[in-house]
Amino acid sequence: MDLLQTIVAHYNHWIIIFLMVSGLYIVVARGNMIKKLVGLGLFQTSVYLLYLSPGKILGGTPPILSPQFSVYSNPLPHVLILTAIVVGVATLALGLALVVRINEAFGTIEEDEIFAGEEDE
Amino acid sequence: MRLDVIFRVTAKIIIPFALVFALYVQFHGDFGPGGGFQAGVVAAAMVIFYAIIFGLEAAQKVFPPRLVELMVPAGIAIFAGVGVISMLLGENYLNYSPFAANPALGQEYGIILVEIGVLVTVSGTMVAIFYSFVGRGR
Amino acid sequence: MIAANLPALQVVLPLLGAVLCAFLQRGVWAWGIALVVSVAMPFVAAGLLIQVLDGGIISYAMGGWEPPIGIEYRIDVVNAFLLLLVSVIGAVIMPYAKRSVEKEIAPEHQPWFYAIYLLCLCGLLGIVITGDAFNVFVFMEVSSLATYALIAMGRDRRALLAAYQYLIMGTIGATFYVIGVGLLYSMTGTLNLADMANRLEGIENSRAVLAALAFLTVGISLKLALFPLHVWLPNAYTYAPSMATAFLAATATKVAVYLLLRYFFTVFGASIIFTRLPVAEIFLILSLAAMFGASIVAVFQDNVKRMLAYSSVAQIGYITLGIAIANKTGLTGGIVHLFNHALIKGALFMAIGAVFYQIGSVKLDDLAGLGKRMPITMGAFVMAGLSIIGVPGTVGFVSKWYLGLGAFEQGWWWLVFLLVASSLISVVYIGRIVEVVWFRPVSAAAKRAKEPPLSMLLPTLLLVAATVYFGFDTSLTAGIAERAAEWLLAGIR
Repeated sequence: MDLLQTIVAHYNHWIIIFLMVSGLYIVVARGNMIKKLVGLGLFQTSVYLLYLSPGKILGGTPPILSPQFSVYSNPLPHVLILTAIVVGVATLALGLALVVRINEAFGTIEEDEIFAGEEDE
Repeated sequence: MRLDVIFRVTAKIIIPFALVFALYVQFHGDFGPGGGFQAGVVAAAMVIFYAIIFGLEAAQKVFPPRLVELMVPAGIAIFAGVGVISMLLGENYLNYSPFAANPALGQEYGIILVEIGVLVTVSGTMVAIFYSFVGRGR
Repeated sequence: MIAANLPALQVVLPLLGAVLCAFLQRGVWAWGIALVVSVAMPFVAAGLLIQVLDGGIISYAMGGWEPPIGIEYRIDVVNAFLLLLVSVIGAVIMPYAKRSVEKEIAPEHQPWFYAIYLLCLCGLLGIVITGDAFNVFVFMEVSSLATYALIAMGRDRRALLAAYQYLIMGTIGATFYVIGVGLLYSMTGTLNLADMANRLEGIENSRAVLAALAFLTVGISLKLALFPLHVWLPNAYTYAPSMATAFLAATATKVAVYLLLRYFFTVFGASIIFTRLPVAEIFLILSLAAMFGASIVAVFQDNVKRMLAYSSVAQIGYITLGIAIANKTGLTGGIVHLFNHALIKGALFMAIGAVFYQIGSVKLDDLAGLGKRMPITMGAFVMAGLSIIGVPGTVGFVSKWYLGLGAFEQGWWWLVFLLVASSLISVVYIGRIVEVVWFRPVSAAAKRAKEPPLSMLLPTLLLVAATVYFGFDTSLTAGIAERAAEWLLAGIR
């Protein structure tokens, strides 16, 4: 019973691990370049949760100093993750731009088709 | 496109208010939730919204691609320039305290300046990304 | 005022340079700005190194927020040395870049090319200089995103594929890094690396910390192209523009190695890494696999750039071998090789870039007989090639000497034989190029080739001269590397 309680109590970690692994799986298993980027996005999103969920204290207030409150949530993870989201957006934009260019140059965005075409040359 | 009256009317109502909201978010960044990044995204979203409803040409008349391309480095220049000014005033890079006689006020001025830089770069980048994807293959 | 703000200038100058390049839509002006900034960088770095050697660790509080709350730029012997290395390579490569970029990049993209290059430089210097774990991630992504864009600017359409592949793998690596930092942050409550090292005391055996170590190691190893994680590197180096390849080969992986050293020795401490965990054994096996596997693959390549790229993977094996040996001499060997390999690979890729400038190809067959047409360039190439092999009197020998000595001290005498054996494989691939270039009749492609312009030739010769000079006078490189190794092994604890 204790074990079960521990598992349930860490539900946020289970969500994070599920997202992380499924994102990584999509990146590895899919040959479509857009789907790979979607997987990469999912993978990065799981990290956002990894940072944010320990920063929240149940019953804690926003970190605004006031004599009435003594329990604050940690604001730093939010700032870090805002930065990480910006990085994620930049990566996604660059990745999509590359996919557009690849589609123009090769006529496809399926990795196996591209590599098959390369071998013929 | 011309027949989508609902979209066009809604857009005309929403866009000005959303842009004002972006400015509200922008100038609350120094003492409340908000800031240049969020404001920049809201503002850029409105430009993109406008482009989707009224067409890319109409949007590019308001926001020429050349201006957008200049906004990206301009914002970074403001941000980095603020840091250089604090160095010239004899403090560490990006220390805003010497911007005013009262260090706390100096910090506020510094944050506002830096956030303006963030606004310019973020909105510029978002619109630039949109333009380059939409303009492709035409 | 300038002396006190050198740490900030080291990162801010390239950033401002990149902004100016993006404003100016003229290739030549952008090149001029990039040149001025790149040439200023070594002076800044040298100033920092002198300050560190005189007065110990420099701590610079960004924005006036004192560490560990604020972001700290923290410079000790190790990263001052790395800063100097990266900035010197940047400075040497800029005069070379002008003609090479004019040939390989469309005129309207040239200002952006220089802007992106400066951003990449800014990111690499930032990773090295900062003392904040999350700040490292930000700079890592600045440099990586810039790198993907630089690679994608190659003329071959396969450059796009290489950039995409690298983007996927690089982002996974960076995300692994952030996961590691996140776990460490939730365990210690700090992001300042020095502070983190102190707070890890007593909890270093907890599972979260060990998981963080694993994530960090894998993430950084992806960036430094440790053997099984190197698959992005050959394509990226092969299809990137010549100037970008030379710059990245000389700096990007070295910076990642530095980061690994920083985490292993400063944050976690040598005692956890090497006594409690089998990290040394794992790195030993992977390094040997890289030294032999990648060298053997390099022998069978027909594209010289790809051959050199595989050789890079092998040489990174020597550097990580220094980490695996983990005594003072071995680590000195690793750090010296970090410096030496940057010089050698910079020189080799610059010589090959000059060849590409003249004959428009880097296929081995097209290089036939080039020794008669471009004797100076190819002579420089051979000299740098001898360094890769580790012939006495070149820098390659110095690093292998230290590595061998370190292995001996550790009682791993068999490792000395393996070092010699792997060097023999590099004799084969360098020998293949030498044979084709000097002893074959002139190919059709090489018929009209002549020496490249002086602006490309002189920087190449400068690096080659450095590989010879530092082969004889080891007091500067090995001296600083020894101090760095000492400092790392002592750790914070």
